[in-house]
Amino acid sequence: MTLDLDLDIIILSAYLVSAALFILGLRYMGSPATARFGNTLGASGMLLAIIVTLINEEILRYELIIAGVLVGGVIGVFFARQVKMTAMPQMVAVFNGFGGGASALIAVSEYFRLYDAGTEMSLDTSVTIMLGVLIGTITLSGSAIATGKLQEVITGRAIRLPLQNILSAILFAVIIGLAVSQIAFEANPIPFVALIALCLVLGVLLVMPIGGADMPVVISLLNSYSGLAAAAAGFVIGNPILIIAGALVGAAGFILTQIMTRAMHRSLANVMFGAFGAGGGGAAASGVAEGATVRTGSPEDLGVLLAYADSVIVVPGYGLAVAQAQRQVRDLADLLEDRGVDVRYAIHPVAGRMPGHMNVLLAEVDVPYDRLYDLDQINDEFERTDVAIVVGANDVTNPSAREVTDSPIYGMPILNVDHARNIIVLKRSMSPGFAGIDNPLFYNEKTSMLFADAKDGLNRLIEAVQEN
Amino acid sequence: MLEGGLLIAIYVFVLAGFIGFEVITKVPPTLHTPLMSGANAISGITIIGALLIVGSSDGLLTQILGVAALILATINVVGGFMVTDRMLRMFRRDRGRERSS
Repeated sequence: MTLDLDLDIIILSAYLVSAALFILGLRYMGSPATARFGNTLGASGMLLAIIVTLINEEILRYELIIAGVLVGGVIGVFFARQVKMTAMPQMVAVFNGFGGGASALIAVSEYFRLYDAGTEMSLDTSVTIMLGVLIGTITLSGSAIATGKLQEVITGRAIRLPLQNILSAILFAVIIGLAVSQIAFEANPIPFVALIALCLVLGVLLVMPIGGADMPVVISLLNSYSGLAAAAAGFVIGNPILIIAGALVGAAGFILTQIMTRAMHRSLANVMFGAFGAGGGGAAASGVAEGATVRTGSPEDLGVLLAYADSVIVVPGYGLAVAQAQRQVRDLADLLEDRGVDVRYAIHPVAGRMPGHMNVLLAEVDVPYDRLYDLDQINDEFERTDVAIVVGANDVTNPSAREVTDSPIYGMPILNVDHARNIIVLKRSMSPGFAGIDNPLFYNEKTSMLFADAKDGLNRLIEAVQEN
Repeated sequence: MLEGGLLIAIYVFVLAGFIGFEVITKVPPTLHTPLMSGANAISGITIIGALLIVGSSDGLLTQILGVAALILATINVVGGFMVTDRMLRMFRRDRGRERSS
């Protein structure tokens, strides 16, 4: 297993085909029409890599392999079948953690294999083992905390210890010190195990202070780490397919992380160490004039408005998913479309709990994907639209991000809902969103508020439209 | 391990990263969740490492670690590709719109 380029030429060639299948698979993910085929290509690449690995003459113990694959396979199938679409972020977080954990375990077992054999570890080997352990274990424990937050087992609020960042920095320095001592001097299992434990603690410390609203960034980042961990494991055992696949996933996670931080108009460092949403704050600038009033609309009037509109844009936010009202949105849209109204959906990149989450939730209730528009595609359309309905979204529609330079969300890309001719905001109360600031959209003279639970409010709008 | 191969391995890593970057930049936001779960399944490639360890090592400790890695990686691979497929099956085009336009 310490060989790389000595690997059988057939195995290496098959790995190359696998790598090509992974890349093609990701390429076919470029369009909803071909994405399913792309996923199948990726799965075929994986199957090929597994099969050629099993014909490797080094492999002797098939019983254990069969047992492990059966256990993992059954659990995997169970997860994949049972998970609800609203819980997809948790599931991806769990899987990121498993990927990181598996990579770390490979690095650890290679360490002990070499240690038991009394082999002197080369510099490359010991450096890559340390990297694999570091990235893999941080991914594992960080993902566990992210899962807990998404599942709301752990509070979604940012939890900060005093001197949190300094504590993390010291811990990181100790870990690096331990790793360097393993590399520079001889391998010693006791500090090595301590290093693993400290890495796990560091993963917890890094994710704990990040608030629930920032989870899309965290999941993307952990996704990237799980890829890098796989690549590190590839360096440890000298296997090119792990390196290639790991690099691909690392890049995917990195791009998604960038997209998410850009959508929030924050730097990665600010998300990781800024403890946004930790409370406190005080009165932030919002651009809401003193004494501004909110207008509420009756479902009947709003029903008339919708029924006789030419064009409607629905702006769904996470509140919609919390209320499980996706189906009601679709029903309202169907009803309006039957009347000849043009209905589209404007999806902000951080509308859900992970990148693209809202799109999946709407696809689940049969909203066609070509009715879903992202920010850049639809922002200029609002001014030509009769009615915009905001359901369970808040900060991503806040015009102060565009106009009020001292607003905490200033510069964040928002949906220009306030440009629509009429605006309906369906919301439970006037409570602020994650950013904790007031939203001038609610005080806009074109806005009618409908205070209700998303499901309830939509049902009332549906009834009202039906009466016209 | 890699001897002279380490540098080549780094080449492979960097170039694969660039390919990933180019390819994935073209994925539309609508598909970001399936992209992530699909990428997740691909990161289950560590299953290869786990298979090699479980299949070839003798020590009890390495066996235990290897089997644990194998189970985690298999969950990742099987669950990841299946759930991605489940999601992608739901994405459908608007037939009604094609009719009207």
